[in-house]
Amino acid sequence: MTELSAWTVAAVIALGGLSVAAGVAVFVVDSMARATFALLASFLAVAGILVALRLPYLAFVTALMMTIEMALMAVFMIMFMMNPAGLMPMTMVHNPRGSALLGAATFVLLTVGIWTVDWPARGGDVPADSTRQLGEAIMGSHMLVMLVIGVGLFATIIAGTVLATARGRYDRLGAELDAARPDDPVPGGLPR
Amino acid sequence: MTAELVLQIVLTVAAALVGVGVFGALSQQSIVMIMMGFELALNGVLLGAAAAWYFLAPQSPDAQMVVVVALVVMAVEMAMGFAATIAIYRARQVDMVDMATDLQG
Repeated sequence: MTELSAWTVAAVIALGGLSVAAGVAVFVVDSMARATFALLASFLAVAGILVALRLPYLAFVTALMMTIEMALMAVFMIMFMMNPAGLMPMTMVHNPRGSALLGAATFVLLTVGIWTVDWPARGGDVPADSTRQLGEAIMGSHMLVMLVIGVGLFATIIAGTVLATARGRYDRLGAELDAARPDDPVPGGLPR
Repeated sequence: MTAELVLQIVLTVAAALVGVGVFGALSQQSIVMIMMGFELALNGVLLGAAAAWYFLAPQSPDAQMVVVVALVVMAVEMAMGFAATIAIYRARQVDMVDMATDLQG
């Protein structure tokens, strides 16, 4: 028997339904701002399930990170989208039928596996403090994962800055950085 | 309800999230909406890993690390996606994938 109470199981199922419904709504609603908040609702529902599964720290990180991420995404929506408010109905899709087919095929494939696999019994009890278990793993047995993640995030910071920078020093001063006067749209910029 | 049944239900929810995410990533034209499809699929991975931890191997932190990795992948995908969107929009006013077909065979 699971340690989850009947109420917890009911909450998990309800939150699961909510997360899928919100996920579908992302691609159904007209307004892209609404789509962003539908995606946020989906993430918050999953965070609620994580709480029920005794992972409060990861639930907190998910909720916090996704709330901020979706707020940023809403800003980008308004910057780039022609129809952020959804005032005129429009669809921006290509090959919707093939995509729906592939999405459904993915779901069916995974679901058939889920319901036919003979799942093993749970090994051991749930630890009293899952956050402590994660912290000890990060600083001990699984430190390599965190090292790779750290380097990856640092590379992301650099690559993101490089990609998003309009004009860097090589644009201003040439490939050898030796131009006497920087090539600026508005002259008068400081030399190197 | 047995633990196995609850595990299967939660994993089915995760599979549904992945399926909807695949549909979104394949069908949308706007780059930002494609990224939302990726995020939704990763949301399913996150949920599946959490369920695997609780119902199968709670004594091992491996599944928790998978959740952490999924969260990091989401952050990296978001940052690099928006950086690439800004770069290609600045260069060519492209904000839809159908307008960026340079690598089409």
